[in-house]
Amino acid sequence: MDWILLLEQTLNGLQFGLMLFLLAAGLTLVFGIMDMINLAHGSLYMVGAYLAATLIAYTGSFTLAVLGALAGTAVFGALLEVSLLRTLYQRDHLTQVLATFALILILNEGTRMIWGSQALLLNAPEALSGPVELFPGLTYPAYRLLIIGVGLAVAVALYLLVAHTRVGMLVRAGASNREMALTMGVNVKRLFTAVFAAGAALSALAGALLGPLLAVQVGMGESILILAFVVIVIGGIGSIRGALVGALLVGFVDTVGRTLLPMSLRTVLPPAVASNLGPALASILIYVLMAAVLLWRPQGLFPARG
Amino acid sequence: MTGLHHSLLPRFALPALALLAAFPLVMQAIDQPFYIVLASRILIFALAASSLNLLIGFGGMVSFGHAAFFGTGAYTVGILMVHGVDSAWIAWPAAVLVSALVALLIGAISLHTRGVYFIMITLAFAQMIYYVFVSLKAYGGDDGLTLASRSQVGLGVDLESDIVFYYVVLAIVAAMLVLLGRLVNARFGRVLQAIRENETRAEAVGFPVYRYKLACFVIGGAAAGLAGVLIVNQNGLASPNLLHWAQSGMLMIMVILGGVGFLYGGVLGAVVLLLLEETLSDYTIHWQLGVGLVLLASVLFAPNGLLSLARRRAAGG
Repeated sequence: MDWILLLEQTLNGLQFGLMLFLLAAGLTLVFGIMDMINLAHGSLYMVGAYLAATLIAYTGSFTLAVLGALAGTAVFGALLEVSLLRTLYQRDHLTQVLATFALILILNEGTRMIWGSQALLLNAPEALSGPVELFPGLTYPAYRLLIIGVGLAVAVALYLLVAHTRVGMLVRAGASNREMALTMGVNVKRLFTAVFAAGAALSALAGALLGPLLAVQVGMGESILILAFVVIVIGGIGSIRGALVGALLVGFVDTVGRTLLPMSLRTVLPPAVASNLGPALASILIYVLMAAVLLWRPQGLFPARG
Repeated sequence: MTGLHHSLLPRFALPALALLAAFPLVMQAIDQPFYIVLASRILIFALAASSLNLLIGFGGMVSFGHAAFFGTGAYTVGILMVHGVDSAWIAWPAAVLVSALVALLIGAISLHTRGVYFIMITLAFAQMIYYVFVSLKAYGGDDGLTLASRSQVGLGVDLESDIVFYYVVLAIVAAMLVLLGRLVNARFGRVLQAIRENETRAEAVGFPVYRYKLACFVIGGAAAGLAGVLIVNQNGLASPNLLHWAQSGMLMIMVILGGVGFLYGGVLGAVVLLLLEETLSDYTIHWQLGVGLVLLASVLFAPNGLLSLARRRAAGG
């Protein structure tokens, strides 16, 4: 086995894991604090990517576009929360599933009506389009390094915010015991809206950053949403730390499994069989991981509820 | 929640059945055979959704992997046909049996978890099965497995005719609904509903809760497998899409829309959702927007599903 390749795949896994974390962070908080299953979380990721792709055409600046998409999606998320989702907190999970599924259909179709059904092109900034030589023999795309950097910075900032500030304390209180936080006089309405807007902004960031790597198209939110749910269930619902660990686990297993599994299969099986079996096995691996974690620790790795 | 007894023959049941029996004759008379195919499709999904409603509404088990059994039933028929077994009398029971076995395996493991974790672990197993079939290139892989013909029944019954197929579907779906109705009204169903309401108490009274839930899970899986048998004959294609989580989600949406825990909730949900899709897509390419708005309205105005409206009116509330 080739160490350069292994290292490269590890970086890819880290990059994908960090982006999953951005999505999962909002999802796990909304689920943990508001007890709300929000299937439309992936749609916010899509909205973020579309906003970024549109803004870059107007401003010409990638940074401005990403920041604009962040702000725009946060406002959109807050509006959504105040106008509709707020009424769903008291409902049972199945009703929330139906309502947010309806929201997916509406947002997807709305996006298609505004931007058309063609996938949009979102280019990485010119300066970062080339590869960087990390050390002799290993070159890595500069843009992916940027994603890793931003992802790590956000993860650290989020950790500091949740673990060491007053707002973070309220958030943790809400996740570990909602009723008690209510009783202690936390302004939950404002807190909920803020958490929701922050979660929307984080998933918009993921959408905008992944835009140049994946296609910006309608439906991009749904497949990644399932992975984000896998992440928060592995990590323990409501736990930011769990979301980070879960996201990195899923990111590594997916990326590394996708390249290393077919390669190692090829050493024992005929190439045709190996190339068929490899990708499917890699996809299965994530779900095997989740099932194993749930059987071992039914509440996830870091249960938020004490 | 609804009462414990679920009427098998509410006022609309017999007229609806008569209407369904006459339907293909009328459609043939006005030369609209397309609607016969559509009606078969809706009936099949009504069965699939009802089988999921047994789990969610009566067993209290929110499974997000029901497409696994639906798809397994379909693929079993397809794979047997590839190997020369095209008799419905062999392939169909075999498909139901395989679906039941898969359900037994998944249920036995998943039922150790609760709530959201149960939802996710059933999703996990269904996705595993999805990827297994996608990787089976010998059986179509990504593209799915095309059937050479519909299953052979013999006895002068030719399923290739859409009308004949419709009546076979109608007979099977109606029989299955009666069976499911009898089941939830029997002692078994009462115990299930007790478990749904309070698992600890049911356990304390002395019912083997796990075994009851597992039995329910297996019966639901087998019924979904039967729906899969019918859909693969209808479409002529066993596609991995039948196993995809979006399919599980669609079945779940049908159940919630129609009314969780109402005997005919799955049926009504399937009918409304599929008809809505069909009608709206005739008028606009943006039909999904319409479907979304209607679903949202149903959440706001019929919080416990469409059938809860009828019940509320009947109760004079």
